[in-house]
Amino acid sequence: MTPFLKPDFIRPVAIGAAIFAALAFLPSLVDSYYMSLAISVVSFAVLATAWSMFSGPTRYISLATVVFFGIGAYTVAVLGEVMAFPLVLLCAGLAGTVVALLVGFSTLRLAGVYFVIFTFGLTELVRQVVSWYEVNVTREMGRYVFLDITQNDIYWQLLALFAVLLLTGFVLGRSRLGFALRIIGEDETVAKHCGIDVTRVKVALFVLSALFMTLTGAIIAPRWTYIDPVIAFNPMLSFQVVIMALLGGPRRLLGPLLGVIPLTLLFEVLTASFPNHFSILLGCVFMVIVYLLPGGVVGLYEKYRAPKKRTLSTDTETTRKSGEKTA
Amino acid sequence: MQISAKLRIATIAAATTALMSTATLFGANAQETYRIGYAISKTGPGAPGAATSTTPNYEMWVKEINDAGGLKVGDKQIPIEVVEYDDRSSSEEAVRAVERLINQDKVDFILSPWGTGMNLAVAPILDRAGYAHLAGTAVTDKAPQLAQRWKNSYWLLGTGEQYAVEMAEFLKGLKDAGKINDKVAMIAVADGFGIELSKAGRAALEDRDFDLVYDKTYPLGSQDLATIVNDIKSLGADTFVAFSYPPGTLGLTEQSRVLGFNPKVFYAGVGTAFPLYKDRFGADAEGVVSLGGASENDPKIADYIKRHIAFAGREPDRWASIVNWASLQSLQQAIERAGSTDREAVNAELAKGGFDTILGTYKPGDQTFWQVGQWQDGKFVGVAPTSMEGAHELVFPKPAWKGAN
Repeated sequence: MTPFLKPDFIRPVAIGAAIFAALAFLPSLVDSYYMSLAISVVSFAVLATAWSMFSGPTRYISLATVVFFGIGAYTVAVLGEVMAFPLVLLCAGLAGTVVALLVGFSTLRLAGVYFVIFTFGLTELVRQVVSWYEVNVTREMGRYVFLDITQNDIYWQLLALFAVLLLTGFVLGRSRLGFALRIIGEDETVAKHCGIDVTRVKVALFVLSALFMTLTGAIIAPRWTYIDPVIAFNPMLSFQVVIMALLGGPRRLLGPLLGVIPLTLLFEVLTASFPNHFSILLGCVFMVIVYLLPGGVVGLYEKYRAPKKRTLSTDTETTRKSGEKTA
Repeated sequence: MQISAKLRIATIAAATTALMSTATLFGANAQETYRIGYAISKTGPGAPGAATSTTPNYEMWVKEINDAGGLKVGDKQIPIEVVEYDDRSSSEEAVRAVERLINQDKVDFILSPWGTGMNLAVAPILDRAGYAHLAGTAVTDKAPQLAQRWKNSYWLLGTGEQYAVEMAEFLKGLKDAGKINDKVAMIAVADGFGIELSKAGRAALEDRDFDLVYDKTYPLGSQDLATIVNDIKSLGADTFVAFSYPPGTLGLTEQSRVLGFNPKVFYAGVGTAFPLYKDRFGADAEGVVSLGGASENDPKIADYIKRHIAFAGREPDRWASIVNWASLQSLQQAIERAGSTDREAVNAELAKGGFDTILGTYKPGDQTFWQVGQWQDGKFVGVAPTSMEGAHELVFPKPAWKGAN
């Protein structure tokens, strides 16, 4: 029997499939305002989960989310009217993968804060390169996306993407690659000693996570009609994704979702009710979160429901000790 | 224990107040109002532009109408109620805010956001929901196609091309009269506006047998443009054209003044028509040419500027503000002419045009405003199209800089 047919694999996947099938009927139940809210929730869910897929286990804080998101959006702007939309998505995925490979191999040897700074700088770099190209080669700064893709189409595509992402994450968590990644996150030296090709594992995950971010950007682009580098590469998005993932808890597959839903709704309530005080209130909310929920929602859950299973931290202890022995 | 009891009382008091104020809000809704909604960049990169050209006009318009008792619809006076949001200069936020205005707040009319990107992002949604769209701050070469694509959309500032072509035509007049040579030095800011105008300007100038001796872009945000000015100074061009944004406009003027670069025609971009330009350069603003312009001798415009100063504490800019105000006047008249707040009736009236505004008889989307203007005696007046009524004679050649010598 292959591992995919075991009940502890089939059951969660079946439940997930049922939930997603039910969510697909949302457009027939609510008006377009709630649909736009749903799009926002699902797109952030994909971004935050994809972010956590790499950053959760490796603990590399990446601020490059919007780089890939923007590459996806730009691919649609450039190719949208040239070829069929599925092909455009494919090209976007390819573009995102290539950039992620380049970035991954050149930077994943950087550690800690250097990586954070690099990824932040990368946003600016890509934005400037795109601007330079548009100014000097095409001589058109903004691009138009006139595609007959409705809000509901966007919602369904994002939902499908999220389903694929969760399935990927689920399979990954049970695979050798996922295990290798967790070891790297706990201690890179130990991982090396275990015979793991640390850089390749990190790059593989980085590329996978970037692929999902790129596709999100590509799917959402037709909603904006007009795209220029400032709109596509807005660094705020990277920060929002990090905050949402951290609030939820980036080390569990469904953790980020627990941050995305409350924060997206909170942003919405604040924007709607206090348009003039949004930034101040948001700042206060973040302070409350940091003081009251340092471990994220998942951390809170684990604290109040004393886990019976072996937790990650005990895993860590064992790995550390064995690591020290080896050393 | 003591403290927590106090806290509880405070919380209950706060909750009650919140509930009561909500109740008051609902109470206010019971009265008939015309609900106007807008989402605009109150924060982010778009905020300064929105606060210059758009928000003060919206607020002043609502206040003036409500002070007069409201809109005259049929035999009733209906006050305006405003629902406003911050799009935080993000297209996604703008899209969602407009969805909220349409579906949640069910407003009667939606005023446009600030900037080309935001206006294009919300245009399809407004069109689908049957709302008219008076896009007051979008400059796009696609304007004519967009107006066809979305039937009730009006692209008030027109295309980048029209400003460039009008300027080239005006320069051709000077060249044909033997006043300037055929050499033009042109620079542009590397951003949507600068690129679009320089592209159109390049073609228009070459069509009219001008020789572009300098043609480069500079990055957005760069203020130190002394190298560029120095390069251009030695090229012998009588005409200098900069499709710049406010920081560059100020920087270029300052450095030209310091380096003594004084071409016969000095054209600078956005920001020249702003009141702060005159404040900064005083007498040296005299003779500087740019896009936009106002017939300040026209009593309607003079009165508008006076009211704007009284309301907002500063002068309006002499380009988008004026066009925006004319579109708001049109909207008011469309509602009053329709005699109903029914959206389709108002849209139909808007499409008919013929409104009495500060731009004269006006239909939203008309490009009947100044394309080229010049600072003359502390006023930014219109000089082209020369066929327009009240066109001023160009001050030529540009007087020497006084300040820095």
